[in-house]
Amino acid sequence: MGGAPTDLKLIDERGLRLDGRRPDEMRPLKIEAGVLNKADGSAFVEWGMNKVMAAVYGPRECHPRHLQNTERALVQCHYNMASFSVEDRKRPGPDRRSHEISKILSEALTHVVFTEYFPRTSIDVYIEVLQANAGTRCAGLTAASVALADAGVPMRDLVASVAAGKVANTMVLDLGKEEDNFGQADIPVGYVPRTDEVVLLQMDGDLTREEFDKGLHMAVGACKKVYEVQRDALKRRYSSRAEGQEEGA
Amino acid sequence: MNTFSALKRDKGKCTAGHEANLCDLGLVPSVFIENMRVRQMGSNDSKEAAREIVVPGELLAISSKRAGPGTFSEGGKIYAAHLGIKSVRPDSISVVPLSGQYMPMRGDLVVGKIIGVGSSNWLVDINSPYPSPLHVNEVPWRVEFGETRKFMSVGDIVLLKIVGVDEIKRVSVSMQDHGLRKLTGGMVVELSPSKVPRVIGKNGSMIQTMKTMTGCRIYVGQNGRIWIDGELDNMVLAVKAIKMIEDEAHNLGLTEKVKRFLEENKVEGA
Repeated sequence: MGGAPTDLKLIDERGLRLDGRRPDEMRPLKIEAGVLNKADGSAFVEWGMNKVMAAVYGPRECHPRHLQNTERALVQCHYNMASFSVEDRKRPGPDRRSHEISKILSEALTHVVFTEYFPRTSIDVYIEVLQANAGTRCAGLTAASVALADAGVPMRDLVASVAAGKVANTMVLDLGKEEDNFGQADIPVGYVPRTDEVVLLQMDGDLTREEFDKGLHMAVGACKKVYEVQRDALKRRYSSRAEGQEEGA
Repeated sequence: MNTFSALKRDKGKCTAGHEANLCDLGLVPSVFIENMRVRQMGSNDSKEAAREIVVPGELLAISSKRAGPGTFSEGGKIYAAHLGIKSVRPDSISVVPLSGQYMPMRGDLVVGKIIGVGSSNWLVDINSPYPSPLHVNEVPWRVEFGETRKFMSVGDIVLLKIVGVDEIKRVSVSMQDHGLRKLTGGMVVELSPSKVPRVIGKNGSMIQTMKTMTGCRIYVGQNGRIWIDGELDNMVLAVKAIKMIEDEAHNLGLTEKVKRFLEENKVEGA
């Protein structure tokens, strides 16, 4: 990406962003749990223009065997972007970025899963980004924790995730694509509401200490809203099935 | 806030507003709400009517009760560990799971599938993350070294008992007990292990109903595998009934419903 187009105003005179949001406003979020039949647990997240699917398999026998841990389960995330998920075709296959995201998401989820209940196994989480519009790692983590819960994996809590960032010298919540590309900084946050812990924190760009604190504060506040949507998605899965009409097969 | 669970807890006192709301959302058809209300008003078991779906990390109680299965306690508070239905007993609180893998437990009866043959053992898939070896000493036959293949080979279905699980989840199984054997003929259906108790029913009421109504021989493994043998039409009927239980495992009055289903679809001459 080159520099920002000179006439692009990320925040207008009224203090609103490109898509009309206020600085502290999130994009609309929709979560559905249990969307795949073959997976043990699954979730689909639509977050603004992001579309992310997460599938969980396991706990199951860990392969390759040398990765097995005799004391606990291994949480293995596989983050992948579909070739059609972005404007220019994304070259398929794992790359530096998806490796990194897979690693940090695995670590974030390991923190909440009771891994000690399933020694020698692996819990595989597949995150497929079908449509990307900035903030896919947050959407992926949000989807993955719903999918884990749907799979019946015991967890200390769900992980909710949102990014905050700095755009046109203003701290904003949940960056959109243009804001991410032409903004000044981006901090994705993964948060465990029950214990008030941060399990994912990255920063791309430069922020002052005050700006960082403000951003983190905004993200944590928003994570609590995301958490409510996640909980609702899980509860809805069983209350909507209660009518006795099976979904799909 | 989950409108649905609130509705359930209100126990028939739900307002028209609630109904319209749920129906508009397309969550629950109005017919179902009618049924539910009738059922709840008719039900005198208040504990059953208060079925509440909980998600991981949800606070269940602040009390000195024992944290039962599916829960964990931290700082004197009891939280749900997985997605399930909250169940409160006088001395403990637990969460009955709605999904999840089978975790082998000592004493469980399981339906296994042979996935490998060694010279002194068979490797059995028991539908859990841990395949378990069945040693020749644990079968009811005298097997010479290297002659395991003459008795059972890959793909055979066996009825086994779990005799031990150690701390790193190494499972040992046995076929040396009353009724344990290799299962020939019939068919195997799988369902979520968390729904096995519903298939069995209270004191085996559900499974007894199915056995007598279909005339099939049925073994229910704790690992979510069910072996059925009988007349083809009856087997199909039994499988349908099991699918019905799986889809509606968290609903009330299931045994009656299944009974009605089996009666309506009874095969002539069974």
